[in-house]
Amino acid sequence: MSARTDLLLQLADDELILGWRDSEWTGIAPFLEEDVAFSSIAQNEIGHARALYELAAAELGTSADALAFDRRPEEYRCAPLVELRRLEWARTIARRWLYETADELRLAALKESPDPELAGIAAKMDREETYHRLHAEMWVDRLLATEEGRSRLEEAVEELWPYALGVLDDELRPDLRRRAEERLGRALPEVEPIPRGVHEADLAELWEEMTMVRRSAPAGARW
Amino acid sequence: MDTRTQEFVEYVQSGGQVEATDWMPDEYRARLIKFIEMHANSELMGVLPERDWILRAPTLQRKLALTAKIQDEVGHAQLIYRVVEDLGKPRSACLDDLVSGRSKFHNVFHYPTRTWGDVGVIAWLVDAAAIVSQKALLKCSYAPYARIMKKICWEESFHILHGRDVILTLVTGTQEQFELVQEALNRWWEPLMHFHGTPIPADDDPMLFWRIKSQANEDARQQFLDGYVPQIRELGLEIPDPALRKDEETGRWLYTEPDWERLRAVITGHGPASAERLAFRRLSRADVAWVERVVLAEAA
Amino acid sequence: MRRVFEVFRQERKGQPLQHAGSLVAPDERFAELYAREQYGRRQESAALWLVPREAVHEIGDFPDEFDLKYRRVDGYSIKERLREARERASSAEPAAEGAEGAG
Repeated sequence: MSARTDLLLQLADDELILGWRDSEWTGIAPFLEEDVAFSSIAQNEIGHARALYELAAAELGTSADALAFDRRPEEYRCAPLVELRRLEWARTIARRWLYETADELRLAALKESPDPELAGIAAKMDREETYHRLHAEMWVDRLLATEEGRSRLEEAVEELWPYALGVLDDELRPDLRRRAEERLGRALPEVEPIPRGVHEADLAELWEEMTMVRRSAPAGARW
Repeated sequence: MDTRTQEFVEYVQSGGQVEATDWMPDEYRARLIKFIEMHANSELMGVLPERDWILRAPTLQRKLALTAKIQDEVGHAQLIYRVVEDLGKPRSACLDDLVSGRSKFHNVFHYPTRTWGDVGVIAWLVDAAAIVSQKALLKCSYAPYARIMKKICWEESFHILHGRDVILTLVTGTQEQFELVQEALNRWWEPLMHFHGTPIPADDDPMLFWRIKSQANEDARQQFLDGYVPQIRELGLEIPDPALRKDEETGRWLYTEPDWERLRAVITGHGPASAERLAFRRLSRADVAWVERVVLAEAA
Repeated sequence: MRRVFEVFRQERKGQPLQHAGSLVAPDERFAELYAREQYGRRQESAALWLVPREAVHEIGDFPDEFDLKYRRVDGYSIKERLREARERASSAEPAAEGAEGAG
């Protein structure tokens, strides 16, 4: 597997699994208007995953669906941040915000890539994620505006912080720290990043549910 | 009935439309709220049987389509609760009544979903049954509701296509996939026959009197059968009612009389999944209660 | 305070904006995001206007006690007079017809 394919799978798996986690809020978001908006974010993420898988599939001689659903859990290249099961709103907003901040840095670098396909898809994703960032900023502002909201958000950010650092490669982590600290108006703890490579326990359960229907028919069955 | 009310009745019965700020008889308002609230509740509760399958969808396209369909339903709930709120009942009161079991939602959402076959059957046939009713509601005398029904009908049209696509893929797949559909259909047929409600004669239906509904229950059911029985049978699927047939002379469908007592039991919260679903809603509502508190508070 | 926002949408450029529905949001920022989703996620609108409900003033009655319908098309009934004028024109001396060398 080329470095390029590995990178594509990292991005695709991040978006797929985060999209899956975000879909867990369908029908149970804090209020209906938010439920509708949040669902669009989840769909965009799955859409990004699909486009990225298609690029990787072309290289590997397979299909986007096969990459998304037919690998074993240990073969996924996602960052542990997206694997965590956190069906709690402060954690959800914290994760969205941290992920979008990290992703913005990652995509900015990718947009400069000499590989036109990579640069192209990074640009498209970045444009769509403008709205995700707007959404995250809006919620962060609202939560920071009250004592209760601030304390819940800060607690969530602290818990997810080592995972957030793990989304990015070494060289982009200082930028992430700078942005996050500026936004919160306080320093974040020095921690060991939790990087890609070792999966959270939550992923196995996610994978079971995500692939149960697909696995119920022989490979190649149409759905 | 006083003169003003009598005039109002004549007005709506001859096609007159009523706006949110118009005078309306108390009975009309009360019936509207109850009817429209039940619709909103149904859209919201309808999400629960389906949402798990987003997580289990076997292809990326199906995952996206199902997410979009359910998103529409949440959006419909939003639109419809707004109409109820403008009639005088706040959304929080509606949600309180829903999770406590005091208010009702459609029978079909009291049933469990067991397989991917259910996903297809619901998106195709349950949504088809719903759209028959919804098209008739376009003529509701209460204009704010009639107007949002336009948006709802437009969005539902893609749901049925998606459902039919899922079904067609399964019935042309492996034998097991075909049987998934047949088995789901066997379980969903009774709820589908219940869907349009008991066959109250038009003259006895207060919903028709006030022109809230413009189609009698049995007519809606007949319309559904007329449209969909042939489509189901042409796929080689069997409908689990041996008595179901069309009387060529009258043009009416004959069928085994559904168990209306069972419908009543389901609707009053005794369906196979009613308690569990309401508990889930109650819990998730409690989990996020702090968010409203924080978001609506004045900035510190 | 939870605020109600009215949403107006324009289907295509050049068309009028029409009332499409309402939503509830804590502030304009949330309202904008939610309106975009409810009325634009399928690219079905060319534009949206968001108006806080309290900014909308409804006017619902338009008295016409003295029947000032001269200001409307239905205030004119020209059939009778037109018939009269035509009759008169056709029965009048054909004064100008075939006149030659009219001085």
